[in-house]
Amino acid sequence: MIRAMSAPGREPIVLSFASDRTLRVAFGEGLDPAAHRQVRRLLRRLDQRRLHGVEDLSPAYATLLVRFEPRRVAPSAIEAAVRGLIVDLEDEPLEAPRRVEIPVRYGGAEGPDLTDVARHAGITPEAVVAIHSGVRYEVHFLGFTPGFAYLGTVPEPIACPRLDEPRRSVPAGSVGIAGAQTGVYPAATPGGWRLIGRTPLTMFAADRAPMSLLLPGDEVRFVPLAGGVAARADA
Amino acid sequence: MTGAGSGATIVVESPGLFTTVQDLGRPGHARLGVSAAGAADPVALRLANRLAGNDEAAAALEMTLAGATFRFEAGAVVAIAGAEMEARVESDAGALLVPAGCAAFVPAGGRLRCGAARQGARTVLAVAGGLRVPPWLGSVSTHVGSRLGGVEGRALVKGDRLPFAPEAAAAAEGLEVAAAGRPAILRRLEGELPGGPAGALPVRLRATAGAQWDRFDAGARAAFTAGEYVVSGASDRMGLRLDGAPLAPPGAGRMLTEGMPLGAVQIPPAGKPVILFVDHQTTGGYPVIASIITADQPRVAQLRPGARLRFELVGLDAALRLLHEQEARLAALRMVPA
Repeated sequence: MIRAMSAPGREPIVLSFASDRTLRVAFGEGLDPAAHRQVRRLLRRLDQRRLHGVEDLSPAYATLLVRFEPRRVAPSAIEAAVRGLIVDLEDEPLEAPRRVEIPVRYGGAEGPDLTDVARHAGITPEAVVAIHSGVRYEVHFLGFTPGFAYLGTVPEPIACPRLDEPRRSVPAGSVGIAGAQTGVYPAATPGGWRLIGRTPLTMFAADRAPMSLLLPGDEVRFVPLAGGVAARADA
Repeated sequence: MTGAGSGATIVVESPGLFTTVQDLGRPGHARLGVSAAGAADPVALRLANRLAGNDEAAAALEMTLAGATFRFEAGAVVAIAGAEMEARVESDAGALLVPAGCAAFVPAGGRLRCGAARQGARTVLAVAGGLRVPPWLGSVSTHVGSRLGGVEGRALVKGDRLPFAPEAAAAAEGLEVAAAGRPAILRRLEGELPGGPAGALPVRLRATAGAQWDRFDAGARAAFTAGEYVVSGASDRMGLRLDGAPLAPPGAGRMLTEGMPLGAVQIPPAGKPVILFVDHQTTGGYPVIASIITADQPRVAQLRPGARLRFELVGLDAALRLLHEQEARLAALRMVPA
């Protein structure tokens, strides 16, 4: 069922059926930016070709799921078509990323874990903010809940593991860190990421176009809102 | 859409345990983190709609374990499929039991009262003409986890008013009985109903190898198909949590987050399987040992807490053959006058 394709100098591209209605294309199993670019290139080609019988495309870091309707199309036909789209995939151009700035109030009640992240890193909360807002992140994919973008890569010193016990409810707009990933909760949901601040932006609105503020491939920068780091959590 | 003046309303008098508006879902937006949702038992939804004279994909109501009570402000043709809930039409002109697999006439002012599911877990109620609920991304399906779709993204509550518009054909069909003003069974499905509540226990769920099947060790793979599991009470449309002998996941149960298919059987670090169901999150980070075949989705939908089940691994070809056989049986079902 699993077939490998040879691609010189790269991890083999592995096609397999993740269910009787889902083809899974894996460009690797680890955090490799080159593999992720391949995911985006294949997504682009699939968007352009609009294969008969395909219902949904689910890109992630190193994998892409192609969901099809097995009553309308044979899995072998989907596999053959995707195999065709993988030929010379590295030649597929990627659009320049959109640039999105997200204002954030760091610390205080809106970022209750900022001091813990600082303690974990052995630096001040101000330094955590400087590091977190000092780099550009890439939207790798969306998942978990509508509009939740997985952003990478968080600089190593402030990469802090998830909470042992997730919170039952995280306020909408909360900015969190989980290991090398950062992201913004679009709606009040349970969550285990370390919360360091909050944005007043609406990350997802069902009646807006585009619905999601962040889309795969976007380049994101967090901008501290005036007032500096609220120290209330420490006080 | 029907013209002006054909409006009518269903009033929710008692919402039951968990009743939502569903159709066949909204696949196509996984990249935004939007779940497909849709009827847990799509076969029941299609059959109920067919009985009601609707398009098979029309909006209908999905009831869970304990049914709802509705009052119809105008006469309506309704149809029921899925788990048997002892649905009764009550009106001034008399009362009538409507078994699953039947369409019936409810007079204006009449009630449809659904009881507890005798076996199985989910019942679909379709109304001729379909429910008039505004679609979002091409579907009316409710996803309560993200509070989107259906009626305000939530389960129905007492006092909700659901507009419907009986189509000309369905209305004409009911004219004879409507004239009499009495509840009546109009027609029923004849033949073997596929995907209905399983009689013999444990329920057998067939699955193809999951994305991480090869990474599970031989012991875990053998235990997966040898073991018997029990559906935990902490199960819903997002996922069915199973109790049973824990399985050792590869990589201590952690892997890079990736897209998840409907029916994926995830093995988290604690080793208790979770079947990702219709409202599941689009991505996940636990290894998937197997994925339930499409033909067995109705069986999953009809599992209730405490139900016992076993997994059987099948190949892709067998999964497709079973799906095509199921479609052939559905196509062969005949509607006969009652």
